[in-house]
Amino acid sequence: MWRDVRAELAKQAYRPASWLLLAIGVVLSATFAHAVPYAGYRGAASGAPGAGRGLAEMLPAQFAGNAIAGTPVFVGALALIFGVLVAGGEYGYATWKTVLVQQPSRATVYTAKLVTVAVGALLLVLALLAVSAAASAVIAALEDQPGGWPSGTAVLRGAGAGWLVTTMWGTLGVLLAVALRSVALPVGLGLVWLLAVQNLLAAIAAPLLDWVAALQKGLPGANAGSLVAALGAPTGTPGVAPLVGAGQAALVVAGYLAGFALLAGWLLRARDLD
Amino acid sequence: MTTNPVETHGLGKRYGGTVAVRDLDLTVRPGEVYGFLGPNGAGKTTTLRMLLGLIRPTSGGVRLFGAPPGPGSLRHVGALVEGPAFYPYLSGRRNLAVLADHAGVPRSRAGTALARVGLTGRAGDRYSGYSLGMKQRLGLAAALLKEPRLLVLDEPTNGLDPAGMAEMRRTIRALADGGCTVLLSSHLLAEVEQICDRVGVLHGGRLVAESTVEELRTGGALRVVAGPEDRARDRVVALLGAERVRADDGGALLVDVERDQAPRVNAELVRAGVDVHELCWSEPDLERRFLELTGGDPDVA
Ligand SMILES: Nc1ncnc2c1ncn2[C@@H]1O[C@H](COP(=O)(O)OP(=O)(O)OP(=O)(O)O)[C@@H](O)[C@H]1O
Ligand SMILES: [Mg+2]
Repeated sequence: MWRDVRAELAKQAYRPASWLLLAIGVVLSATFAHAVPYAGYRGAASGAPGAGRGLAEMLPAQFAGNAIAGTPVFVGALALIFGVLVAGGEYGYATWKTVLVQQPSRATVYTAKLVTVAVGALLLVLALLAVSAAASAVIAALEDQPGGWPSGTAVLRGAGAGWLVTTMWGTLGVLLAVALRSVALPVGLGLVWLLAVQNLLAAIAAPLLDWVAALQKGLPGANAGSLVAALGAPTGTPGVAPLVGAGQAALVVAGYLAGFALLAGWLLRARDLD
Repeated sequence: MTTNPVETHGLGKRYGGTVAVRDLDLTVRPGEVYGFLGPNGAGKTTTLRMLLGLIRPTSGGVRLFGAPPGPGSLRHVGALVEGPAFYPYLSGRRNLAVLADHAGVPRSRAGTALARVGLTGRAGDRYSGYSLGMKQRLGLAAALLKEPRLLVLDEPTNGLDPAGMAEMRRTIRALADGGCTVLLSSHLLAEVEQICDRVGVLHGGRLVAESTVEELRTGGALRVVAGPEDRARDRVVALLGAERVRADDGGALLVDVERDQAPRVNAELVRAGVDVHELCWSEPDLERRFLELTGGDPDVA
C-alpha cells in the first residue's frame, strides 16, 4: 500500500501542473488577502475588492484566518482541479490498464489516490499559511506595528480547517473524474459549480427564496465558508459567511468528504476500465 | 499436476446489443506460445481485458494459474493491452519506476527491463517524445517488470519497423524458451506462424478454429506444371486417384501427396512422355485458410 502511495505521489510531484496549481493558489491568496487590502489601505487602489479592509486584519495576529479565507471558493477550485488530475489523469492517459495489470487492486490504488489528494491539500494549506505569515510580518514591519502572533492552537485549528475544506474539494474532483471518466469535463463542471452556481445561490436565490436559503445551509460551500469564518477568515472574502455554527460546519464538510470518497470508490469498483 | 496459466469457460462479453465475445473456452498450457488470431473487432482485446480483470465478463469465467483474476493471480503476469499507455510527462525510466512501485517489485528492475527492450539510451527522455516503436518497447518493458510466468501481449509488434518486429519476435521467443508462457494476439497470420506453438482463430467473438502451427502447415501440395495438361492430369490421376489431384488458377496441378512421393510422380510423367516444366512443393496458403475460417469478409466482424 505505501508503495502505491509513493507511486501516486511521484506521479503528481513530477507533473508540472501540480506545482502550477500550488503557485497560483499562493499568488492569488497573497494578492487578495494582503497585497490588495494593503494597497487599498495606503490609498493606492481604493476601488478594488477588499481595499477597504482595516490594517488590523492584515497583521500577524490574523494571518491564519487570512491564509484559509480562499478555501471555500478559489483555493477550493484549485484543489478540485488537483483532485481531477489525480484521478482523471488515468482516464486521460488511458493508464488505468497499465497500472492495474501490475497487480494492485483498484481499492489500493484508489486509496493511494485519496492519500495523495490529502497530501497535496496539506501542502497547499501549509504554503498558504507560510505566505500569509510572511506577508503579514512584512506589513507589520512596514507599518511599525507590534507583531503579535496567534496562539499555536489557533494556527493548528485554522490549518486543520483549511486542510479539511481543500481535501473535501479535492475529493469532489476525484468523484467527478471517476464518474465522468475524463479530465476536461469534470474540471469544467466542478468550476461551474464552485465559482458560478454556489455564488448565484448565495447572492441571488437565497435572499429571495427561503427554501434556497435553508437548502444552502446543507451545501458543501456554505459549510466550508462558515467553518473558515469561525476560524478567523475575513467575511468580506467570497464564500466566507457564518451561516451555520463551526462544529456543524466541520461535521458537514467531513461528511461530504466521506460521501464523495465512498461514492467514487464504489463507482470505480463497479465499472469496467478500458 | 500443473495448473494451466489460462483457462476460460463459457466466457462471454456483451456490450448492449453487440456481443464482443461469446462462449469462449480457451486453455493456454504451461510453457507454450499461444497465438490469438482474428480480424479487427473479433474480440481479441476484449478477451484479454477479461483475463486481466479490467472488464467483467457477462457470462462464464476466467482462471489464471487456477485462480480468478485479481491482485493475487496477477502477481506472475505481465501484460500489454491494446497499445502502450504511460504518463507522458515522465521519462521512460520514471514511468517504469512508478509501475514497479505498483507491482511491488524493486525499482531497480526498471533498468533491467529497459535494457532488455533496447531502450536504455532513451530511458531518461520524456515518454511524450517517444516514437511509436519506442512506446511499444516501453510497453513490453513494463510487462517484463515482474519477471512474469505468463505474458499477455495484445498485438505486440504494432507500430514496429521490420527490424523492431523481428527483434520483438526474437524477444518473445527467447522468453518462451526461458519457460514463460505467452498469450499473444495478432491479426498477422505470418507473425503467429513464426512465433506460436498453437493458434486459436477468433471471429465474431467465437473461437472458430484451434490447432497447432504444425497442423496448419500440413496440407501443402506438390505443384506440377507439365504439358500437355490433360495428359499430365490423366497420368497423375491414374497413379494416385482423382481425389488427390486438383488444378490451380494458373493451370498447374496441385497434387496432394507426401513430400517423398515427388520423384515417383516425376518418373511417371516422364515415362508417359509428358514434358515436366516445373515441380515444386507449394506451402499451404495459410492466408487463404485464414480468410476461409473468418468468412473472408473484408468488413469488420
Ligand atoms: N467498451 C466497448 N463498448 C462497446 N463495444 C465494445 C467495447 N469494447 C469492444 N467493443 C466491441 O466488441 C467487439 C470486439 O472488440 P475488440 O476490441 O475485442 O476487437 P479486437 O479483436 O481486439 O479487434 P482489433 O484487431 O481491431 O484490435 C467490437 O465489435 C467492438 O466494437
Ligand atoms: Mg484489439
